[in-house]
Amino acid sequence: MNLAGFLLLVAGWGLVVSAVALLPFTVVRVVFILAGAFVELLGLALVIRAHLVLKVEKG
Amino acid sequence: VTSLPVPSLSEASSTLCVFLILLVPLAGAGLALANTGLGRSRSAAHAMLASLCVLAVAAIVYVAFGFSWQGAAGRSAHVLAVGGKTWNWLAAEPFFLRGVRLDLSPVSLVILLQIFSVGLAGLVPLSSGADRWRLGATCASTALLAGWTYPVFAHWVWGGGWLAQLGANGLGRGFVDGGGSSTIQVLGGLTALSLTWILGSRRGKYSADGMPAAIPGHNVVLVLLGCIFAWLGWLGLNSAGAILFTGAEASRVVLVVVNTTLSAAASGLTTAAVTRVRFGRPDASLSANGWIAGLVASSAGAAFFKPPAAILVGAVAGVLIPFAIDFFEFRLAVDDPGGAVSVHGIAGLWGLLAVSLLSDAGVPGGMPGQGLAQLVGIATLLGFVLPVTYGLNWLLDRVYRQRVDREGEGQGMDLYELGAGAYPEFAVHSDEFIPR
Repeated sequence: MNLAGFLLLVAGWGLVVSAVALLPFTVVRVVFILAGAFVELLGLALVIRAHLVLKVEKG
Repeated sequence: VTSLPVPSLSEASSTLCVFLILLVPLAGAGLALANTGLGRSRSAAHAMLASLCVLAVAAIVYVAFGFSWQGAAGRSAHVLAVGGKTWNWLAAEPFFLRGVRLDLSPVSLVILLQIFSVGLAGLVPLSSGADRWRLGATCASTALLAGWTYPVFAHWVWGGGWLAQLGANGLGRGFVDGGGSSTIQVLGGLTALSLTWILGSRRGKYSADGMPAAIPGHNVVLVLLGCIFAWLGWLGLNSAGAILFTGAEASRVVLVVVNTTLSAAASGLTTAAVTRVRFGRPDASLSANGWIAGLVASSAGAAFFKPPAAILVGAVAGVLIPFAIDFFEFRLAVDDPGGAVSVHGIAGLWGLLAVSLLSDAGVPGGMPGQGLAQLVGIATLLGFVLPVTYGLNWLLDRVYRQRVDREGEGQGMDLYELGAGAYPEFAVHSDEFIPR
């Protein structure tokens, strides 16, 4: 779960950078940047959750 | 070569800049005192020595390698062409500052400021690893931060990199951060978060049912004194950063100093008021954290805010901090003795957003897309800096265990790692407490 969370963080950033690099300044670009940020938030939530679970397992 | 122009400074501006930069080590002294005061007395000498070691390692590694990746605007860099546009990814400077003449030139001033700034970024995680982070591991982790994570991101923001050039892609005037809310504070805060996960919590911090125990700092006077030093240091940091990285004229220093002070003042007072309402009395250590959070939040846009906006920036930071510290401690089980993740990470993120919400970022009337530029910078912090800093520290932990042994934690870092305590003559005499 930890690794998946970090992969989502990187993937979201990839979306953001790709949108900035490849799309013209339109609504589509804004939507892609926001989508990338949302993917990052999902990744962050997963990483946080993974460390909470690890903590419970370790006692 | 970057498309951003080489900044030019008059001799008077350069001299003023040198004076401002020489104030920055006071911010390091302030953070070191605050970190030490918020930790336990049995680890106090260790905390101060670790602070000195962090500053030393950061300066040497940055000069040896870091500046090679960071560079400065207008100097040689590795550029990638994508979609018909150029993307400046990494500086191409030789190691050990070869080829750089150290005088009053803008690049020399950037190097001088960065030697101190990278040390500040390295001090931030110290507070979250208090009472359990080994001295050797602290130095090794700082070397990774100063040699790679910090310079790469700082190149993107301050070295003419792709984040600074977002303006050429229609996003405002590009990612704006004059005093280091992102490069120093959020980067340090995310490293602190990574280390709390890797090191784990202090023994006895959480009960079996997950409830945190209060482990108060051992010297609140040190913490509050640290706030005053930090304030002086931040005045230099924000002012020098505004001149060197946002192209502000020297006369704007007065505005930067006023805004930095107002933000810290509003944040400290707001945190004191919030804790007064929540707990019945103002909490000294949380108020100190609020003060520093106000400094952190002011860094990104101190050169662009109007004074009322600076007060608002600080006030919001002051409200955020006590709740953020509680949220991390109670809900996310993050044991962060000095509150570094909240004070530097959360307040820094707020400061970056505030540039687009409460200022025109130096362009009269503002520019479309500035909010998006700030969002791209924040996305880069979360999507690039957090995985890199976590990954590097995780790898380091596999090679060289970062957390002290169970015995060392019980004994205290001073005795276990240094062989002597910070307060050898300190003893509690029971007869002083007998009623006479």
